[in-house]
Amino acid sequence: MITDFTPYSSLFGGVLIGLGAVILMAFNGRIAGMTAMLGGVLEPKSPDSPWRLAFLAGAITAPLIATLLRAKFSFASPTTGPLLALGGLIVGIGVTYGSGCTSGHGVCGLARLSPRSLVATLTFMATTFATVTLIRHGFEG
Amino acid sequence: MNRILSALAAGLIFGLGIAISGMGNPAKVLNFFDPLGTWDPSLAFVMGGALTTAAIGYRVIFGRRQTPLFDTKFHLPTARTIDAKLVGGSALFGVGWGISGFCPGGAIPALGFAPWPTALFLISMGGGILLARWQQALPRPKIA
Repeated sequence: MITDFTPYSSLFGGVLIGLGAVILMAFNGRIAGMTAMLGGVLEPKSPDSPWRLAFLAGAITAPLIATLLRAKFSFASPTTGPLLALGGLIVGIGVTYGSGCTSGHGVCGLARLSPRSLVATLTFMATTFATVTLIRHGFEG
Repeated sequence: MNRILSALAAGLIFGLGIAISGMGNPAKVLNFFDPLGTWDPSLAFVMGGALTTAAIGYRVIFGRRQTPLFDTKFHLPTARTIDAKLVGGSALFGVGWGISGFCPGGAIPALGFAPWPTALFLISMGGGILLARWQQALPRPKIA
């Protein structure tokens, strides 16, 4: 499935992602890692739950409101059904043991030069590349 | 209350950024990892923009302030060890990301503009998180 190369909107969106992380650090002193945010749902009694839920609510609401205002965001999911569910299960297990994902390690961790985050990011980028290559080209002669 | 409002604002900007950048579009994400096929290098611009902004912003914050505005200290991760758990977990995450095209930070905002099949991914991911947390909470045999 071909997708358009979008350097400007991707760069602009990336800057907004970084800005969200900077705001959370400046005001709350927290890392904007989505894996940790999900703890807000899974540990409702934690004192960190309210602000984590607020971040999650904001992250879902902004694109929702933009869509209601007729903004269009490109979306297509090449993987569906049981394979998508399997991918979700593996992601959930992986980010829990790995203590983070693209936002926590890949953006916030690298931004503060964390060696753990560098190792984590290089590792998951490599296995993602290997997985996509195997699925898409592994069975070609 | 202040902390909740600032987290909400951060989440709104973060989520909008994900949607605009294409990070919440699995087809686009998967194509970044397919230079041999339908390659789309956009994701490098997302990561470049996010990382540069966060790195500069963090530097400014830590250089000017001893504490965040709404809390008494910065809550930074203290773990330093690079162990099998970190590497194995990250490796596994990549396999799941490569299968689905969704990462947690991409999927949460995607729920706001493409509820299906994003919800299927998120429910399964929640199951994976609970499974791993349950395993981690199991009593461990003590090695003397």
